[in-house]
Amino acid sequence: MTVTQNLMGLGLKVLNRLGGAKALDDPKLRKTATAVLKTGAATGFRLIGTVNRQFKSVRGPNKALRPGAASTDLFDLTPSDEQQMMRDTLAGFAAEQLRPNAQAADTACATPKAILQAAAELGIGSMQVHEELGGVGGAERSVVTNAIIAEALAQGDLGMAVACLAPVGVAAALAEWGTAQQQSTYLSSFIDEKAPVAAIAVLEPRPLFDPFKLSTSARRTDAGGYVLSGEKSLVPMAASAELFLVAASTTHGPQLFIVESGAKGIHITAEPAMGLRAAATARVRFDNVQLNASALLGGGEGDFSYENFIARSRLAWCALAVGTSQAAQDYLVTYCNERIAFGEPISHRQAVAFNISNIAIETDGMRLLTWRAAALAAAGKPFVREAALARRLCADKGTQIGADAVQLLGGHGFVKEHPVERWYRDLRAVGIMEGGLLL
Amino acid sequence: MINLENPKKFRGLVDQAHQVAKEIFRPNSRKYDLAEHEYPKELDILGALLDGMHASGAGEGAGAAGVRRDSVEDQGNRNSSNLSTALGTMELCWGDVGFLLTMPRQGLGNSAIASVANDEQLKRFAGRWAAMAITEPHCGSDSAAIRCSATKDGDHYVLNGDKIFVTSGDRADLVVVWATLDRNIGRAAVKSFVVEKGTPGLELVRLEHKLGIRASDTVQFALRDCRVHKDNLLGDPEINVEKGFAGVMQTFDNTRPLVAAMGVGLARACLEETRKTLEQAGIVIDYNRPAMVQSAAAAQFMAMEADYEAARLLTMQAAWMADNRKPNSLQASMAKAKAGRSCVDIALKCVELCGSIGYGEGELLEKWARDSKILDIFEGTQQIQLLIIARRLLGKTSAELK
Repeated sequence: MTVTQNLMGLGLKVLNRLGGAKALDDPKLRKTATAVLKTGAATGFRLIGTVNRQFKSVRGPNKALRPGAASTDLFDLTPSDEQQMMRDTLAGFAAEQLRPNAQAADTACATPKAILQAAAELGIGSMQVHEELGGVGGAERSVVTNAIIAEALAQGDLGMAVACLAPVGVAAALAEWGTAQQQSTYLSSFIDEKAPVAAIAVLEPRPLFDPFKLSTSARRTDAGGYVLSGEKSLVPMAASAELFLVAASTTHGPQLFIVESGAKGIHITAEPAMGLRAAATARVRFDNVQLNASALLGGGEGDFSYENFIARSRLAWCALAVGTSQAAQDYLVTYCNERIAFGEPISHRQAVAFNISNIAIETDGMRLLTWRAAALAAAGKPFVREAALARRLCADKGTQIGADAVQLLGGHGFVKEHPVERWYRDLRAVGIMEGGLLL
Repeated sequence: MINLENPKKFRGLVDQAHQVAKEIFRPNSRKYDLAEHEYPKELDILGALLDGMHASGAGEGAGAAGVRRDSVEDQGNRNSSNLSTALGTMELCWGDVGFLLTMPRQGLGNSAIASVANDEQLKRFAGRWAAMAITEPHCGSDSAAIRCSATKDGDHYVLNGDKIFVTSGDRADLVVVWATLDRNIGRAAVKSFVVEKGTPGLELVRLEHKLGIRASDTVQFALRDCRVHKDNLLGDPEINVEKGFAGVMQTFDNTRPLVAAMGVGLARACLEETRKTLEQAGIVIDYNRPAMVQSAAAAQFMAMEADYEAARLLTMQAAWMADNRKPNSLQASMAKAKAGRSCVDIALKCVELCGSIGYGEGELLEKWARDSKILDIFEGTQQIQLLIIARRLLGKTSAELK
């Protein structure tokens, strides 16, 4: 494809959305944001089961539409034109909308609706949806593009990035593994600003959690459906979600189930944590929730791979760690150059400067490992080992970078006047989270 | 399009380098580790083979010839000699770092000549083995403090001074000597001179006994009124304070990723050997399940692999940028810093994981752990790399951030 074709395709659609996004109007957004935060704090969490949309199968292709493989024979670190454009657009969004509102969202344990809507209008959901279903994606698997998107958003704020990306992960999973019916029922609704809030639920509340040994189970019923039982932890956006993708053990190993939040037997309680607070994390308990046979993602046939699903989910957290580590690095460069001690900037001391060098080295390494695994996934090649190594590096170094960032600011790093204490809390999540998101 | 796999077109070259490492380097590794200073004659055939490969243009990546930056029109994404040389270096150092350093006609001096020599010099020094003499007894990383002097006398320069830690100084035909035209000016006055072995006044003082890379000879030279023709000066003979150190440092922007590649190759050797040893002992490494629910050995192994991958990809990034004419000084230093410290860390941990098998001379792990340490020292120590990186990120001069 030529540059022009690229720009004419996805590019123009995204630009068009950006131009028309009402929520980017700054004073308005701030007003809405304040309103949402106030309501959110007042009402708190609710037991779900009321105001839900009816997901209806729209007329669509009778065969599931799978994204194509994207690959090349040369080593290349240059993003495509459309990836670069998404990156620039979202970097602007992250700097102007996420960063200034991050502390308020962290305190309120909620991301303003206007921000979620603005993110959707930028096309991050539509990109997962095939053109035949009304989206702007589908030609190529968007794992690398999603990594670039996640990194850009997390440079603004990790918690709000999780809130924005939770539905994107569900959409990407439906695109990759959903049946034709699941795609026409659910995937087609992710294309505009009215996209449903949705989240992936894998993690369970116990030490040494292993996503390959789930307590949550889906038992087959005589009628051919399933009964879902179990408890999921730190599910982003759970209270407002209309749709869950739930990992549960079956007689055929772990599988994913599409669960509408209106189903009977779903109990949601707020589970605020050390970080990720803007993502409104919650416990979700499934008490004998009755599901139709059609709830099984991929319908039990085809190419669903739980290993690949878990690996792509881990990669989302890696990409977020890269973005927030980069934010920390940039913040430290400015701070350490401006902070004077003993008559000169503290950046003139090797003990300070070398710490920043190491943060830069590890952040770059984290990005390269994440990209490598994402590119392999996009090309349809094995990537489980590469994703595992990316996760190891991002969890270890990301956490260290969060700690170093606070340390370099000293007492100023410990107070909420600066964002680094939040980055410290958010980066700790990377090695803990399973599910929640997906690239 | 973003892709971080080894390019297909270098597969043949990588396979070839791997065969050399496996069939020639590895079987001779222990022999020359024990017989320090003995010339590894097995490498002679290899040297001839490499010369043939270079002559036919098929030898990209096998050694020091590939780091020259040619002026070629920009034609989109390029994977060329910097990347292929890095990949070839990784394979050869998977075999043996010491042998790579003492490959005939593949010295650091050859890299300097290939990078900065003019066409006449390139022709005149073709096919000769060139060592590099920078370090002096009183100065290592601080190469601006060089005392070895070069005084103009007619058509010649007269060199006086002492040089230590010269790799392949005994075996090479030429020595590229760094000397200053004027000690008061600093970096800008430092020039490099090609000195032929046998030139009166160039004296080999001694051969060092080392912790590792014993197959490679390291020597001390004394230069006493050593006369070198002015045509043997590499680069610009004038003292250009503005351009300063750029001429001599250009070599290092191109060779730092190669030293990083040495560390990457050595680290992979350690990891592969350790995995084999652990698996024989019944340890299972599972990339799906969380590290915390696996054995401590498996968890540590995966953490080491993650660092290895970061070092490897940072190295490929730096080389790829050089291939694509992107300024890569920052990335070259990041690669060298990460690979240097990771290969030492990985090698020493692998020795621990394998216990007495790792520590004993029955296997090569203990040797690799000794060899690894030099990779975090030469071509700029860990600390020097961190300084370069910090100055670039923070926008500091060497006077501000010392």
